[in-house]
Amino acid sequence: MTVSRVLRALLISAAILAAAIAFGLWAGYERVTLASLHSDPMARALFFRVRMPRVALAALTGAALSIVGAALQALFRNPLAEPFTLGVSGGGALGASVAIAFGWGARAWGVPMVFVASFGGAMLAVYVVYRIARTGVVVLPGALLLSGVIVNLIAASGVLILEYLTDPTRSLQILRWTVGSLDIVGFDMIWRMAVVLLPATVVLLAFARDLQLVAVDEDTAASLGVNVRRTEGAVYFLSSLLVGVTVAVGGTIGFVGLIVPHAVRLVFGQDLRILMPTSVLLGAAFLISADTLARVAVSSTELPVGAVTALLGGPIFLWLLTRRQRNAAM
Amino acid sequence: MTAPMLEARDLWFAWQPGHDVIRGTSFTLERGRLGALIGANGSGKSTLLRLLTGLLTPTRGESLFDGTVVHRIPARDRARRIAWVPQSTAAAFPFTALEVVLTGRSPWSPRFHFEDEADRAIAQQALDTVDAGHLANRPITELSGGERQMVTLARALAQKPDCLLLDEPAAALDLKHRSALVRTLASLRDRFGLTALVVTHDLQLIDPAFDRVFAMTAGRVVANGSPMEVLTSASLAAIFDDPHVRTARIGERTVVWSE
Repeated sequence: MTVSRVLRALLISAAILAAAIAFGLWAGYERVTLASLHSDPMARALFFRVRMPRVALAALTGAALSIVGAALQALFRNPLAEPFTLGVSGGGALGASVAIAFGWGARAWGVPMVFVASFGGAMLAVYVVYRIARTGVVVLPGALLLSGVIVNLIAASGVLILEYLTDPTRSLQILRWTVGSLDIVGFDMIWRMAVVLLPATVVLLAFARDLQLVAVDEDTAASLGVNVRRTEGAVYFLSSLLVGVTVAVGGTIGFVGLIVPHAVRLVFGQDLRILMPTSVLLGAAFLISADTLARVAVSSTELPVGAVTALLGGPIFLWLLTRRQRNAAM
Repeated sequence: MTAPMLEARDLWFAWQPGHDVIRGTSFTLERGRLGALIGANGSGKSTLLRLLTGLLTPTRGESLFDGTVVHRIPARDRARRIAWVPQSTAAAFPFTALEVVLTGRSPWSPRFHFEDEADRAIAQQALDTVDAGHLANRPITELSGGERQMVTLARALAQKPDCLLLDEPAAALDLKHRSALVRTLASLRDRFGLTALVVTHDLQLIDPAFDRVFAMTAGRVVANGSPMEVLTSASLAAIFDDPHVRTARIGERTVVWSE
């Protein structure tokens, strides 16, 4: 593990991200060229008001979900942990639905209430899942995932009930958003998200070495001088924040936090100090690409990106599960 | 008479209120000595070791390291001086053996520092010391229990501690590596003045390399002395509550078995 290895991984990831951004900006049914950007106001509006914010939203969401996936996997020493499987996204979705259903459109100090509600829901989900899975000093991996699934189900029912009870416009708003879609116009929301997400990501990255030690063994990490309780608290708080805010805007987009860190591991190895920063860049690249494909794959319509990532991530989850069980049997 | 490195003063600990696991035990291990901690299952050996490392805080009494209450020593300073080897470590991710051993260097480097060539050399040397140099690039998930135990031991050595606390380090080791472990500890003691306390069920390991033996029963150290003094039929029969324990001397060694 040397500085040059980290830099090489970051450069490769940045190049891939640049390619994904170019793909996201230029691919689509309306052809946009440099010349048309110059001469055609419609093309300009499409490019700057629709495609750019959408790519930015995909980048922020993909980056946040991926780094949270990497952090939760390390914290729980469980390769199957990620925001969706642990119910964090579900909790966030329920929180955001409550805000939408009750029409909490207000902002407090510029922060939309839906962010706050979604963050609260995510925090609550993490707390419940963790309390159930942690017995004494160990976190039971099976109980962790199972309680995550159950929290997701409960949250989904809550969202469904809210959809039924609220008025039709808001109900449609909730429905459109629960599938997971990055359809957005303008940069207003992007800035509001970035103000929260960027600092949270930087602080989470600062815990990379502690998480590296915790991923090897929790008690040993403590004996090596890591403040495990503080690391745990920071990861819960920051993960809930990152997931809550992205869910509040883009809805539930599952398995990104599973697919990206595992792909990164295959290429760059296990070290969290490489895994976490490259997951940020490649998570952004992955979700931009997935969303662009969802936009252009079927000519008549746009596929919801959440369905696309789940279709990809579900089989990967099952593959990891069988591999894990084989390992346990050995 | 050298200064005590590890000292327990009327130490008490309970995982749950009212269920004391450690019940008012006191003892000292001097600097540069090799100690063995023996006792029946559930007598509190692993818990006592965690109290001595500062991983647990006693409910009453004090655990001192080199004259200072151990959990008052800042965590990083503590990690530079005391290394702890747990009974077993989980292996959720396929980190390489070298990556695991390099974690032992973390107390010595700032947060945003990556290990340099010197750290890698220390880690590789630690692996070589425990005869596991060839495992450096193997994922720990693919190693056997004994190989993993050697990697964990190498991680502790890479910490360059003054004091090693080992929880059944020999449990999964084969005959050759058991005696190699004892030779390594004795040599570190003789060359660098290392202090070590080893929890073990393998009483054959102890004599003649170890300086002291502490025997635990029901949360207290009840016997304490040289291997010759503690490893006798009468005292072992009391410690393990087993009248069938027998001992015999073969050369410098004490051999222990139960009829």
